[in-house]
Amino acid sequence: MMYPLLRVEDLTIGFPAATVVHEVSFEVFPGETMALVGESGCGKSITAFALMRLLPPGARILRGEVMFDGINLVTAAPRTLRDVRGRTLSLILQEPMTSLNPVLPIGMQIAEVMRRHEGIGKAAARRRSVELLELVGVTDAQRRYDDFPHHFSGGMRQRVMIAMAVACNPKLLIADEPTTALDVTIQAQVLDLLDSLRRQLGMAVLLITHDLGVVAQWADRVTVMYAGRVVEQAPVRPFFASPRHPYARGLLDASVGHDGEAHYTTRRLNEIPGSVASAAFEHGCPFAPRCPVRIDACRLSSPPLVALVPEHRVACIVTAGTEHVPAVG
Amino acid sequence: MTVLGRAGRTLRRTAWQALPTTIGIIVLCFFLLKMVPGDAADVIAAEAGSATAETMAALRARFGLDQPLLTQLLSYLDNLVHLRLGYSARFNMPVSDLILARLPNTLLLMLAAMIMALVVGILAGWVMAIFANRWPDRLLQVVVLIFYSTPGFWIGLMAIVLFSVKLGWLPANGNMTLGTDLTGFALLADRAQYLVLPSLALASFFIAVYARLTRASMLEVQRQDFMRTAAAKGLHPVTMQLHHALRNALIPVTTMAGLHLGNLLGGAVVIETVYGWPGMGRLALEAVTGRDFNVLLGVLLFSSLLVILANVAIDLLHAWLDPRIEVQ
Repeated sequence: MMYPLLRVEDLTIGFPAATVVHEVSFEVFPGETMALVGESGCGKSITAFALMRLLPPGARILRGEVMFDGINLVTAAPRTLRDVRGRTLSLILQEPMTSLNPVLPIGMQIAEVMRRHEGIGKAAARRRSVELLELVGVTDAQRRYDDFPHHFSGGMRQRVMIAMAVACNPKLLIADEPTTALDVTIQAQVLDLLDSLRRQLGMAVLLITHDLGVVAQWADRVTVMYAGRVVEQAPVRPFFASPRHPYARGLLDASVGHDGEAHYTTRRLNEIPGSVASAAFEHGCPFAPRCPVRIDACRLSSPPLVALVPEHRVACIVTAGTEHVPAVG
Repeated sequence: MTVLGRAGRTLRRTAWQALPTTIGIIVLCFFLLKMVPGDAADVIAAEAGSATAETMAALRARFGLDQPLLTQLLSYLDNLVHLRLGYSARFNMPVSDLILARLPNTLLLMLAAMIMALVVGILAGWVMAIFANRWPDRLLQVVVLIFYSTPGFWIGLMAIVLFSVKLGWLPANGNMTLGTDLTGFALLADRAQYLVLPSLALASFFIAVYARLTRASMLEVQRQDFMRTAAAKGLHPVTMQLHHALRNALIPVTTMAGLHLGNLLGGAVVIETVYGWPGMGRLALEAVTGRDFNVLLGVLLFSSLLVILANVAIDLLHAWLDPRIEVQ
């Protein structure tokens, strides 16, 4: 049994007005790609930022634990946290156009993280940065070291961000929708690059996305979030073969290709009825108002995450009730 | 792009706009000044206490004031083309000598005021941004509001009352101790002492403007994605602020500072009068009261040149701060 590199337990995050992430738990094992999937506003990005304690002003971690590499990041001292950030745990943001500092040369921005954590000199940091730029596929890296972010396209900037994120050989890379802002052909290139770096450097990737196609192609395991809660957690193959939570089933039904023929004959895309519940939803199962299989009990309390088979967990009392449920674990 | 190339381009671009403007200003002012009742001969005669019609006529003939208006204008412009600024009737010396003697003082005052406004303003704005909506911020907001709403000359006068009259710390008048033979550091210290109060009075309004601007843009920068990136790299908050935030936040401040250089020159007239500072501003005032129009036109000409050069300097500073700005 491998020990998880990152273990998030009962993470609850609140804004002054409402709690937006409720008792989220998941693990990331060394070297794997774990996808955190959900639609806009379901709390997946907030969860990712909370792991690094980079929440926007006003948001606070109310409960829970984030054990990473033997350190509880929720309670760690600021200095300890700074030593972790950028060295063993790094971050790529969604919007490459704004996530690099516009007034500093990109090479310097990469070198900065190595000088901070590895205490190497200016010349050595420059040499390593150029190597990293070559590694992520920036051509003519030696010359482009001194270029500014506005000299690069979106895809190239994201490569620069990746170079920065992997500079200190992190154990875990959190990628918050790294390709959402890029066009589709570039998306695949960037994700391929991330995946090959993951293999080369032996790091784990926590991939935040709303794109099930991305999950199917690049993730090992998947955690589905809905309205601030985890609703299903499984390895990718079983998940796509037989999603258990009604929300996950609805999502897969709604995608073209899963039942492409039906789509092209009826010319109507399947959808989940209703609209998404607020993440601040307090009572009962948040999906209940839209759920095709709900029972009265669904509205009473939010369902716990239970394992149907080892590795495949779901938060749905209906599914759990109709299938054989072994002990939680 | 080289710094010199950039400076040259900006100068050329500015010159195209500035040359006609300057000539326009000169011609307009020439006619406006001629409409003012009295001329240099009247003032000199009045100060002498008595004058005959003959001496007045002789004075006018000497300064060319008896010529028709257009002839006077053309001869002034002709002089200008040959880089001569004419002769001062009142000070009895060439205008260019007069201005060049005063120019360094005005430059010194402007520069000191600008630096003080930028340094104090940015520091205050930064502190306000760090303590946003807590008591240091609120306290500074009140101070800044007072600086913003009080005229510079009044602050100047009150500073004289406090620091010169009551406390006796700083001199109230002039730009150096007369009759001393100081050298080296002592000379510098002496000059600096005289510089403090006038530059503070001149800078006060701009300190307020830059403090507010820096506060707003520092708060704006904190919300940017690249600040989160910087934090995710494990940088210390101080490094983040100094290295990543400040430079971005300064871009709007330098833009404003460039626009303010002209205002600063205008403000200098008042402040130089309050502090008896022998600069161009006071020279302009003396020229008006003495009807010494050659001097006044010379001052106006030099002031516009000064503003143009200052704008080039600001443009270069801007290019260094923000690499995205490139001349197409």
